[in-house]
Amino acid sequence: MGDRSIAIRSTNTNENEDAQYLTFSLSGEMFAIGILAIKEIIEYSQMTSVPMMPSFVRGVINVRGAVVPVIDLSARFGRKVSDVTRRSCIVIIEAHGDDGNNQDVGVMVDAVSAVMEIPSSEIEPPPSFGAKIRVDFISGMAKVNGNFVIVLDVNRVLSVDEMALLSDVSANENPTAL
Amino acid sequence: MSFDLDQVIQVFIQEARELLQTMEAALLHLENEPTDSETIDEVFRAAHTIKGSAGLFGLNEIVSFTHVMEDVLDHVRSGDTLIDKKLIALLLESGDHLNELITVFAVEKGQLGEAAVKREQGLLNGFALYRPIQHVSILSNVEPTVPKVELYNEGNVASNLWHISLRFGPEVFRNGMEPSSFIRFLSSLGKIVRITTLFDTMPDADLMDPESCYLGFEIEFDSTADKNSIADVFRFVNEDCVVHILPPHSKLTEYMELIKSLPESNTRLGEILVESGALTPQELEQSLEFQRNEAEVSGKNALLGDILVAQGSVEPELVKAALDKQTTIKDQKSKENHFIRVQADKLDSLINLIGELVIAGAGASLIARNSGNASLHEASSVVTDLVEEIRDSALRLRMVPIGETFNRFQRVVRDVSQELGKEIELVIAGADTEVDKTVVEKIADPLMHLLRNSMDHGIESPARRTAAGKPAKGTLKLNAYHDSGCIVIEISDDGSGLNRDRILSKAIEAGLVSANASLTDQEIYKLIFEPGFSTAETVTNLSGRGVGMDVVKRNITSLRGTIDLDSLPGLGTMVRIRLPLTLAIIDGFLVGVGQASYVVPLDLVRECVELSDAQRNTARERNHLNLRGEVLPLVYLRNHFDMPDYTGRRENVVVVRTANQSAGLVVDEFQGEFQTVIKPLGKLFSGLRGISGSTILGNGEVALILDVPAMVHQITQTENRGPVRQSAAQLR
Repeated sequence: MGDRSIAIRSTNTNENEDAQYLTFSLSGEMFAIGILAIKEIIEYSQMTSVPMMPSFVRGVINVRGAVVPVIDLSARFGRKVSDVTRRSCIVIIEAHGDDGNNQDVGVMVDAVSAVMEIPSSEIEPPPSFGAKIRVDFISGMAKVNGNFVIVLDVNRVLSVDEMALLSDVSANENPTAL
Repeated sequence: MSFDLDQVIQVFIQEARELLQTMEAALLHLENEPTDSETIDEVFRAAHTIKGSAGLFGLNEIVSFTHVMEDVLDHVRSGDTLIDKKLIALLLESGDHLNELITVFAVEKGQLGEAAVKREQGLLNGFALYRPIQHVSILSNVEPTVPKVELYNEGNVASNLWHISLRFGPEVFRNGMEPSSFIRFLSSLGKIVRITTLFDTMPDADLMDPESCYLGFEIEFDSTADKNSIADVFRFVNEDCVVHILPPHSKLTEYMELIKSLPESNTRLGEILVESGALTPQELEQSLEFQRNEAEVSGKNALLGDILVAQGSVEPELVKAALDKQTTIKDQKSKENHFIRVQADKLDSLINLIGELVIAGAGASLIARNSGNASLHEASSVVTDLVEEIRDSALRLRMVPIGETFNRFQRVVRDVSQELGKEIELVIAGADTEVDKTVVEKIADPLMHLLRNSMDHGIESPARRTAAGKPAKGTLKLNAYHDSGCIVIEISDDGSGLNRDRILSKAIEAGLVSANASLTDQEIYKLIFEPGFSTAETVTNLSGRGVGMDVVKRNITSLRGTIDLDSLPGLGTMVRIRLPLTLAIIDGFLVGVGQASYVVPLDLVRECVELSDAQRNTARERNHLNLRGEVLPLVYLRNHFDMPDYTGRRENVVVVRTANQSAGLVVDEFQGEFQTVIKPLGKLFSGLRGISGSTILGNGEVALILDVPAMVHQITQTENRGPVRQSAAQLR
């Protein structure tokens, strides 16, 4: 398993100083996630799909003995389900639940690009509209090489409580899939 | 007795210590936020639980102290008393004191030091300021007062010690009392100078009933306590025990009365009294002389003096035997128990690592087999065997039979039914059901509350039961079984059932529901799990403060379990707790549907059937199968899970049976039996019905475990919902 995962070590980062971000692409658009939440990145592999779950729950995988759900980020943003390509990756993220429990969640993205340092001065507050995804998912807009990259609020995007609620509704609406 | 009390008391000590820690943390939190009612409840619950469990072990010193604490806390909770820094400090100190009480009474089984007694008095006095008036007056009764020492004069004996004669009745053990605990408690009031054990009533070995008590004691006691306090020690056994208490320097005639009233021969008693220093030989002689004269008058016991001479040497042996017995008891208690407490997460990570090892080992042995190198192959198969053994023993580390926990309640039921004056029998089934250690630890508390509740509110008094045409003896049942990746624990009684209307009116009174809400019976029953709900008319030592049931609910929810109530008025109540096994192993039957594998719990599987081509068509049309003349409804897992239609060569049916309902699961292929470790699916999938967990297969892939009962239940509900669904089903 070691050869297909990229271990990430975070360097010492103070909150006020420039933080490191992982950038990745999702249907041609660039996003960034603060690196401290990320545990590892693994290659896309066959996963076990879980029936009766909303489309953004892609399935579950075995990460060293733990069963971890994989979220299709594109579908989570209300877009179409991602296609699996040669460059598809699963980013394992430790999400903090509202009740203080942490859960590992895998996020499926089209491709990871780079780990980069973005100065806090280069990050703008989120716009109130116009980003095409829910505003509360965005923690800021970072300027990278003249382009805007959406910095995601991981705990919002991967809020297990909210997703569980959505899954609940989905399972109840479509109980037997006749 | 069917359980080892010593082992159980270790659990109590551990739990009480943990509760005290919780209480301390909560109190410290209260210092900053004195109005936080949640936290006040927490402190109260801790004290309540300690009191309850201490009562079960007969640790009366702890019970009486916590009772005072709990009372004050109850007033704080109800808002009658405001919590301030002083009270918090007092409570914190009480926590420390309780810790010492536990050490002294439960661990060392010793006596309270003088400093501790003083401190306890100080604390009780402190609490008195926070208690309503009537309690204060009770308290002052308990306080040791200066003893009324009668001056030594003519006709009074020389001894300055109390003399206590105890004759325990045969029912004492059966009533859950332990004579030595009273004597131990007695020693908290003063010093036992001399104790003589009498077992004259003990019959021959073959006639002896090991559950009966044949003991009597003569005690010389040095204390400044008054007679009431000493008599109070034996209050709990008053019915079963003849108690005589003679103050220091009592009149000789009182001793004579005593000697006469006790069943043993007068000479025996006389010897003992002299031996123990209660009477001087002269005093004995004097009293016997008096008796002799009296006896001569009535014409009985004429040769008392001769008997005295003949039996004079019995006594030293008796004392020695009693002393020997005491030493052996002490030796037993001091033995260390051979358990190591390991943190559960350490065990978890070990088991996860072993899971990894199994998978990696399978991969390695596959390569070894393919390499054609015979010695490598052999070496790797040895490794594989070892790894499997390690896995099995690691998994066993976590699993314990629930019977241990169940047996703890035999005593509870016995004691509580005594206290309530009811006849209750506890019937235990499924004691071998294995469950994760963490689950066992956390379920004991809620179960105890539920049992007590059933005993207190559920089962009626013998008189009422007879009147209702039921046997006078009530039955409580504890049952456990595995059910598709869950453990189900049932607590049922044959009592009066829940009173729907009373629950509702109480709930409205307590403001839990509005008066005009329309609720189903189930919803009303569930109200008893709300915080602060209690229908009991009187607050007893046992329950009725309305803490029990919400603790139960909270503990079970925190284990991701569910609790259900069924009740039939007049016939009884059944509480059903369903808990995930977390890390339990189940025997599974692996089936393949499309790309995916699913695990059906093996104990649900009845048989496997292959569908022939002809059967396939009719089965699909009718949605059921003719299985040896019986209708077997089919569930097409492929359709149920919304997967693309199958065009393969074969379809197979797994016949499962759950809750008197058979069903056939239509799958693509059978992949065989295997033992599997359940991995919980996490909160994200909490709403998912029909899947109870997951497991990792040998090739590293994840397979889902089917929750067949939930699935069948869900389908039944959907199909009964309306004609639209039904016609849709027919179309298929």
